[in-house]
Amino acid sequence: MTSQAAASHVDRENRMLLKIEEFRKRRPRLIDELVTLAHGAGGKSSAALTDNVFVEAFRNPELEQLGDAAVLTLPSGERLAFSTDSFVVQPIEFPGGTIGHLAVHGTVNDLAVSGAVPQWLSAGFVIEEGFEISRLRSLVADMRSAADAAGVQIVTGDTKVVAKGAADGLYINTTGVGVIPAGRRLGAPMVRPGDRLLVSGTLGDHGMAVMLARGDLAIEADIVSDTAPVHQLVEALLAAAPDTRWMRDATRGGLGTVANELAQTAGVGVIIDEAALPVLPQVLGACDMLGIDPLYVANEGKFVAVVPADQAAAAVEALRDTPGGEQSAVIGQVVETPVGMVALRTPLGGSRMVDMLVGDPLPRIC
Amino acid sequence: MKFVDEFRDPAAARALVKSITRLAADDEFKFMEVCGGHTHTIYRHGLEHILPPGIELVHGPGCPVCVIPMGRVDDAMWLAEQPDIIFTTFGDMMRVPGSKGSLLDAKARGADVRFVYSPLDALKVALDNPTKHVVFFAVGFETTAPSSAVTLVRAKQLGVQNFSMFCNHVTIIPPIRAILESPDLRLSGFLGPGHVSTVIGTRPYRFVPQVYRKPLVVAGFEPLDILATVHMLLQQIRDGRCEVENQYGRVVREEGNLQALKLLAETMELRPHFEWRGLGFISQSALKINDAYADFDAEERFSMPGIRVADPKACQCGEVLKGVLKPWECKVFGTACTPETPIGTCMVSPEGACAAYYNFGRMHREAANMIGETAGV
Repeated sequence: MTSQAAASHVDRENRMLLKIEEFRKRRPRLIDELVTLAHGAGGKSSAALTDNVFVEAFRNPELEQLGDAAVLTLPSGERLAFSTDSFVVQPIEFPGGTIGHLAVHGTVNDLAVSGAVPQWLSAGFVIEEGFEISRLRSLVADMRSAADAAGVQIVTGDTKVVAKGAADGLYINTTGVGVIPAGRRLGAPMVRPGDRLLVSGTLGDHGMAVMLARGDLAIEADIVSDTAPVHQLVEALLAAAPDTRWMRDATRGGLGTVANELAQTAGVGVIIDEAALPVLPQVLGACDMLGIDPLYVANEGKFVAVVPADQAAAAVEALRDTPGGEQSAVIGQVVETPVGMVALRTPLGGSRMVDMLVGDPLPRIC
Repeated sequence: MKFVDEFRDPAAARALVKSITRLAADDEFKFMEVCGGHTHTIYRHGLEHILPPGIELVHGPGCPVCVIPMGRVDDAMWLAEQPDIIFTTFGDMMRVPGSKGSLLDAKARGADVRFVYSPLDALKVALDNPTKHVVFFAVGFETTAPSSAVTLVRAKQLGVQNFSMFCNHVTIIPPIRAILESPDLRLSGFLGPGHVSTVIGTRPYRFVPQVYRKPLVVAGFEPLDILATVHMLLQQIRDGRCEVENQYGRVVREEGNLQALKLLAETMELRPHFEWRGLGFISQSALKINDAYADFDAEERFSMPGIRVADPKACQCGEVLKGVLKPWECKVFGTACTPETPIGTCMVSPEGACAAYYNFGRMHREAANMIGETAGV
């Protein structure tokens, strides 16, 4: 190839990439006829289902923010964060926690990363006929201790029992309300190029712990779920970095998906530094073996925050001084371009895109 | 993440890239990595952008999911939808589109489709479900074929009645030969497949330098393996040598794995010909379960439709698999064909060239260089 031909080749490739970016910015289309597991995996298919079915039907300004929680303003001017989440984890008990812990932490964390102080929860139970009451009692005790630790009360609830086979053991839904202290402003519009991206701790612990606990991988590793409330970490962060711009808990879809949501809603680019990502060696090892990228593995006690560059060091220091935040780190930065995209700098000095998760992270076969 | 191990050491990588740049000088080289695992490593670690611009890596046909033709996927779906069948396969195969959707869609419609990590797991499903017939959808090169062979032997030993295998194993040498015969492509050499070579060894590649005068270096799967292999290929060319070399000596032996080869010979035989997605029929390029194990051959037990389905017109997977087109040069790449709505198989597996490029590589070279050079945060 002559250098002229090579130049036109690069030019053609760049034009093609622009076309693809235009295409990606369109609303996700829903072309499936049936709901598949991919629609529940937290990636692009989930976004398409939410956008085309639920947002389409319920449309209103609060919902359209698509935040972790809806932010509601009372006539008095006070603001509430309001969020709901359902829990269907299998196995119900796993190393580091149970569905009971998860049901409280999940909703409490959605409220906390919205800037709210979590206050009240509801709990709805769907129970399969034949479930042992002693086991239920123990799971509910887990909810109580998780609620106490998070400083919230479970103030209302509902129980439904379905015939054997109509549910898999136990499903729990929790809904939570928290109060947002006056003066707190968080959100994608606050994010500026030059800001730093940080995570509150190690990535991928929960997803790998549950995956291994299913027992069908025949891999044994000392991996424990990170399920925990993050409200104290959030308060420590906001005290040390008062101009914190944006927060999200990195649950399903992992850091990769959350970073993409940031890039798209804030209209910025995000660069992640792979060498800076805190991942436990045993999690990294299990991911490598299964061909899964830890960037997409779920966390249940970790959040991602964007802070101004000059407050990043103080933010990390404050997080590291708070229980559960010991491994927090600055992992990347916000840039002006490429808009809507997340790129990763590899330790070898290479770079690659980080897209949203597509489907479940199914392991590669060779 | 701290990659402390010796295969991801940044300083060693920098030294190799420097040496590669010196060897390459201002000349242009086109090396094909045969294996999809290499394609994945190259994109995942951003290696394309740290090699000098004169070195182009071309992605080859070695992604086992990518080469399965639509007709075989249709047969698999037909099998999965028969009464009292539990259909098992590797995770990647669940999303490969046939002419009427994928196995994931069949599952949503009510078929009992499960993904397993090994064919032995599928056999276990059969033992646990004696009232159902369990079919394993076997795909893959010589890498995964031995585990299918072990499973067949085990099933026979146990006298299992409710288990069979839909065998789609393929072999690596015929497509390499087909690519070398193809007039469309001018390659400078090959990065030979590492995992396949653990089974077949390095001898079967001798025809590549001997007949076609192209160097081939069997490569490992860590980023430094790839860089070291490119370096070895360039060194051969600069020394005026042309031979088979083995960079992956820590795993691959010249003679391969004799026990695995024996198991393959015991349970399977070459098919006269087999259809490859996008490449058409290639003679003696796939394995079939032999007569001694015919009881476990789903093709013998069921009369599958076996209809040949032409690839969608717009799809250019064949050209991509042969390395003639870069993924982004395909007409539907990134618009009609994306990882969430794949038209071609290359967009499905994380080892497929199109999925790897779409998920990891879709970036302007200037932007990539800028990001690679930005000082650490």
